[in-house]
Order: sequence, then structure tokens, then C-alpha cells
Amino acid sequence: MERTGAQVLLECLLQEGVESIFGFPGGAVIDIYHHLPEYPALRHFLVRHEQGAIHAADGYARATGRVGVCLVTSGPGATNTVTGIATAYMDSIPVVIITGQVPTPLIGNDAFQEVDIVGISRPCVKHNYLVKDVKDLAWIIKQAFYLARTGRPGPVLVDLPKDVLQAKTVFEYPESISMRSYNPNLAPNRRQVRKVTELLRRSRRPLVYSGGGVISSDASEELTWLCQTLRIPVTSTLMGLGAFPGDDPLWLGMLGMHGTYAANMAVGHTDLLLAVGARFDDRVTGKISSFAPSAQVVHIDVDPTSIRKNVNVDVPIVADCRLALRGIREELEICPDLPDWSEAHQPWLEQVGEWQRDHPLRYTFSEEPIKPQFVVEKIYELTKGEAIITTEVGQNQMWAAQFSKFHRPRTFLTSGGLGTMGYGFPAAIGAQVAFPDKLVIDIAGDGSIQMNIQEMATAVSYNIPVKIVILNNGYLGMVRQWQELFYAKNYCATCMHLNPDFVKLAEAYGAAGFRVTKAADVERVLKEAFAVPGPAIVDVVVEPEENVYPMVPAGAALTDMLLV
Amino acid sequence: MRHVLSVLVENEPGVLSRVVGLFSGRGFNIETLNVAPTLEDGLSLMTITTSGEEQIIEQITKQLRKLVTVVKVVDLTHLQSVEREMVLIKVNAEDERRAEVLRIADIFRCKVVDVSGNDLTLEITGDQGKIRAIVSLLQRFGIKEFARTGTVAMRRSMQVD
Repeated sequence: MERTGAQVLLECLLQEGVESIFGFPGGAVIDIYHHLPEYPALRHFLVRHEQGAIHAADGYARATGRVGVCLVTSGPGATNTVTGIATAYMDSIPVVIITGQVPTPLIGNDAFQEVDIVGISRPCVKHNYLVKDVKDLAWIIKQAFYLARTGRPGPVLVDLPKDVLQAKTVFEYPESISMRSYNPNLAPNRRQVRKVTELLRRSRRPLVYSGGGVISSDASEELTWLCQTLRIPVTSTLMGLGAFPGDDPLWLGMLGMHGTYAANMAVGHTDLLLAVGARFDDRVTGKISSFAPSAQVVHIDVDPTSIRKNVNVDVPIVADCRLALRGIREELEICPDLPDWSEAHQPWLEQVGEWQRDHPLRYTFSEEPIKPQFVVEKIYELTKGEAIITTEVGQNQMWAAQFSKFHRPRTFLTSGGLGTMGYGFPAAIGAQVAFPDKLVIDIAGDGSIQMNIQEMATAVSYNIPVKIVILNNGYLGMVRQWQELFYAKNYCATCMHLNPDFVKLAEAYGAAGFRVTKAADVERVLKEAFAVPGPAIVDVVVEPEENVYPMVPAGAALTDMLLV
Repeated sequence: MRHVLSVLVENEPGVLSRVVGLFSGRGFNIETLNVAPTLEDGLSLMTITTSGEEQIIEQITKQLRKLVTVVKVVDLTHLQSVEREMVLIKVNAEDERRAEVLRIADIFRCKVVDVSGNDLTLEITGDQGKIRAIVSLLQRFGIKEFARTGTVAMRRSMQVD
């Protein structure tokens, strides 16, 4: 039986196990929407802006580990996804983006709603396709999903001209994929693994620095085993939070620009840095020449380009993090005469503990105005790490990372690499769609939340009960903090002079709205909001000029922190 | 240091812009670029000359390999290889100087591929040194047009120490 390209696409999505699609229709993709009701297993969520669709697909992917799917029309529909595609690309998130395109005979004619989205998105996708023949559609979709989720995951875009969607063909889904030009190396090199175990045996001050790769390769269990068995303290990037239990005594908190004192000092003094699925981003390393100055560096990453991109590495392992960590475990298990790890690392753990005690994360409590850190702590207390937390970008994001604890992977969703304001709310919608029974909370700022607030209509119309907690300081707080510290307090364009009334705004959309101004009310109101069956906004009026500390000024060494 | 990279790619639309976009997007430098289909269906060979420190070249080759449409990348720099470039040079050759131009052309084993009353068009093949040499010799006659293919290169079958 012959099917149209639109039907072939939807059949392919079924074959890939897709359940949820986040999208927005338009002229070039009407054919897909025309056939969508024939596929009730594919739930479509109509967003209010295409950026919401791509972030929701991204949040869905981060929360589940499966490929998120976003469907938009040509031209502006496609360009509106670009920020979200770049967000997913920077954080290696598997997403497939289906864009409509003008009919092939019109391509290049500046037709209505035509844009070269394959060209525009090229630098920020793992790969992309323009489908010119309906016969190629099935294998391209198969490859797109395969590329998105394997190796170093990432976004893959498929551009579908309208005439291809209307053309007919016999649907046949390819069973297997073979690509001569794409074969990610997953298994670790045994000799390299042996070198690592040898370094581990000799090290007296080892430190694990883990990143998002541990989460995307589901290596959390392996990482935890290694650190707990060998008594190695652990720090992680923003992207890696949740891969190691946040209440374990070996956990030092995040490192980098707003990392903890203990984590950054540990980097400064370790003799063996084990980087797992992390890429030595500038926000992590600070001044690169002073990063881990006395350490031998082991770097495990599935992407060869990550290795020796920013720092020199003594033992590189190009492999899937989980397989590499398993390899290290297996090697250790057959290793004779291992040291007594507790004894070997005791002085180091004591030193690290001292740093933790000397300079823990702290803030000065105040009843009114409320301190934003207090709000994050309360959220953690009430949810005990069981919630999925998303964030916007800026101070809200850093406080969420610092003052909450994460015990499981895929419970902290944040735009790490690109730093996309407006990410958190639609991402929370995506995560909530995947986990309808979980509490999903977007920790937001009053600036960021306005970048995709229109998705409140999406949340209300599908009753997606996401909770937004706005740490409302009336500023674009992180930029204001930089202006305060490094730009002579010239608060140019960072004061949000006219914020909407977020309570009324929530109500206007049909959601619940709450406002808190006193610390004593925070717990009660949060509880109330979390108990609402639908989406809710909690507008927390916080100290306007609170800063995020510690802070490593841009370009300074990691151990040169500004403390509270 | 100058490096010659031999890059085998899937011959499909957009592959050139993926490669070129990678260089411009990451701030790498392309000195010459040559691309044409190979004998095998669906594959093209690019020869790219670039320059940079070892760490940069390592990034370039890794980033190229990471592109889904790139099949193989070989850095010919540390291998024994044959390197050639072809150039067409239209040079002034008035009657009184024509003999002199032809003599130089002969020494460099150029072919004369076009001729007019005022000029000669020479075809020359060689490595970069040879091309630099003839250009500097012909410059005093006045080079009117100049077109070059960029380097093409191939690993020698015998790698002698």
C-alpha cells in the first residue's frame, strides 16, 4: 500500500518508539498534521512558540534519556527553533527536529516562508538532512534517530519539502543501519585502562571531575561505585549534577566559576584528576594554565575532539563513560595487592573535609527581604531530591545548583553550555510530559521566565502541572552582579523596571498564582503551590542585590575565589 | 607549520559547506582546497592545506572526522607523499620578449596552452616551491591572469625511512 511522505514520517516515528511530539503547525507541514490524528499513539503538544517546542523536546530527552521530537513549519517556524537546537547541541542532548520546507521546485526562489534551515543550523547540529525524494525519507529518519542518540548525542534536523510530504511511496522501515563514515568508538582501550588503574594505585590525592557524559551514558552507578569503593572525592560540572549522590560525604559540590571552595581547592591540589564525560569548559577551568597544576589528568570522553582541546591530558580514553568506568572496575578487580584505599586517601579526605568546613556555601538569612538561597533550600527540603528541577539561566541557575542537592541523574535539567534564558519552563513541560506523576519545578528568575512565559498556555491547556518558582529580584541578576563587581556598579539595562504581576499573569492563563514576601511564609506557600493539581507560579520577592558566591572572576585561577 | 590533509567525503549536497563551515566556525585556516569526485561512486576527495600548531592540527583532523559525511582523514605531512598543483599563467609576451618567456617555460617544462599577439598562457605543474619559483621569474614580464588548482597530494606507496 502506498503512503504519502507525511504518513511515512509518522510511521517512522512510531517505529522509533516516539510517544510525544512538541510542535507548531504551518503551511509547509499541514500534511503531517492532516495525518496525525490517524496515529493516536503519537501525542502532539501544541506549544505557543517554536522555541518552546524545541526546549520541551530537549527537556523530555534530558529527563528520559530518549530522543525528543520537535515538529515545526518552514521559515520562521524553523528559525525559531535555532536557539533551542544550539542549546541541545552544546549540552549533547538527543533531539530530532522535523522542519517543513517549501516544495522542492521553489527551493532557492525566496518563496513564501522559505529559509535555508539546513544551512542555518549546520554549525549547531550533529547532522542534518534535506529530503529531496520521498523514497529516501524512511532511511533518513532512521539515521536521524540513530545519530541523535548514539556516540556523543546531539540534535539532528530533517528538512521536509511539502511536495515530498505529499508524494507517495511504499513504506518500508530499514532494519539496520550501516554508515561507513560514522562509527563512534565505545569500548575503552585496555592498555589505557590499565594505565588509569596504575595511576589510581599510586595517587594520594585523587579527584573525580564528572560531567554530563556520565549522565548521557547512564554511568552514574559505575561512577558511584568507583568513588565510594576507592574513597575518591567527587566534584562535577553543572551538567553532571545528579550523577553522584549529593548527600554522600565524598561529594564536594560543583566546581568552576561558582563552584564550592572545597571543589575548587581540591582541583588546585589533586595529584590525579579523573575527568569523566566533561570537556574542560572555560567556566569550569578558570585560568587554564593554573587548572589542576599538580595533577596527572585522565580524560574519558566518547568524543575524540574533546580530548586535548583545552588541556593537556596524560591518559586519554576515547570511550563511552559507562564502558570505560566498567573497564576500570574490572581491571581493579583482577588487580593483586590493591592499597587500603581508606588509609591511602585519609590525609587527603581530611584536607578536603577541612576546606568544606572552613568555607561551606553560605548566605545570611533574612526574614524580609527573603534570600533566594533560602528558597532553594526550602524546595529541596520539601522535595527531598525527588523532584525534577529545571532552571532558567543566571543567578537562579547557580543558586539552584548550589543550594539544592541532587541524588539521581536526570533530575536537574539546565542549559549549561549555551546558557539559554527561557529554557527552564518549556524544558519542565517536556519533563513533566514524560513523568506526569513527578513534581517538576522550574527555578526561575524574573528576567528569564518572561522569555518563554507564553508556554503557560500550553501547560494549562494540557494540564501539565509544572511549578514555577520565580526568585524575583527585579534585576537581570547575574549581569547586575558582574556590573557591581567589575563594571563600577553601572547597572545599565539590568533593572527590570516594569515586571508584570506574576500572580495575575498566572491567573490570566488559568494557572494558580502565589506571592511570598516573608521567609516565614515560604514553606507554607510552596507546599500549597506544589499541591495544586495544575500549573502554578510562585512569585518570591527576594533580596534585589544578593550575589552568587563563591565566584572566580573570569580569567582568574580557580583557587582565587571571591568568598561571601 | 603547513599541513596537507587528504579528506575522503561522501559526495552529497552540502558536504563542502560542512567542511568549510567547520574551518571558519572554529577559526581554522584554509590555505588551499581542492575537491573532485573519486573513481568510487558517491565519494569525493578533498585536499586541504592548512597551517597551525600541532594541537590545532590535531583538533582539525578530529573535528573533520567527527563530521558525519567525512569518511577518512589522512594528514600527509608526516608521510612521504607526492604533492602537485597545476597553475595557468597568462603572461605578457610581446614580440621582443617572447623568446625569453618561452625559454623560461621550457626550463620549467611548462606547456603553452594559448597564445595571442601580446601574451602566452602557460600550464605548469609542480609542488609549491616550483610554482613560487616560476611566478617570481615571470613577474617582471607582467602576469595578466593567474589561476591555480590548489594542492593535490597522495601518499607514496613505499614509505622509506
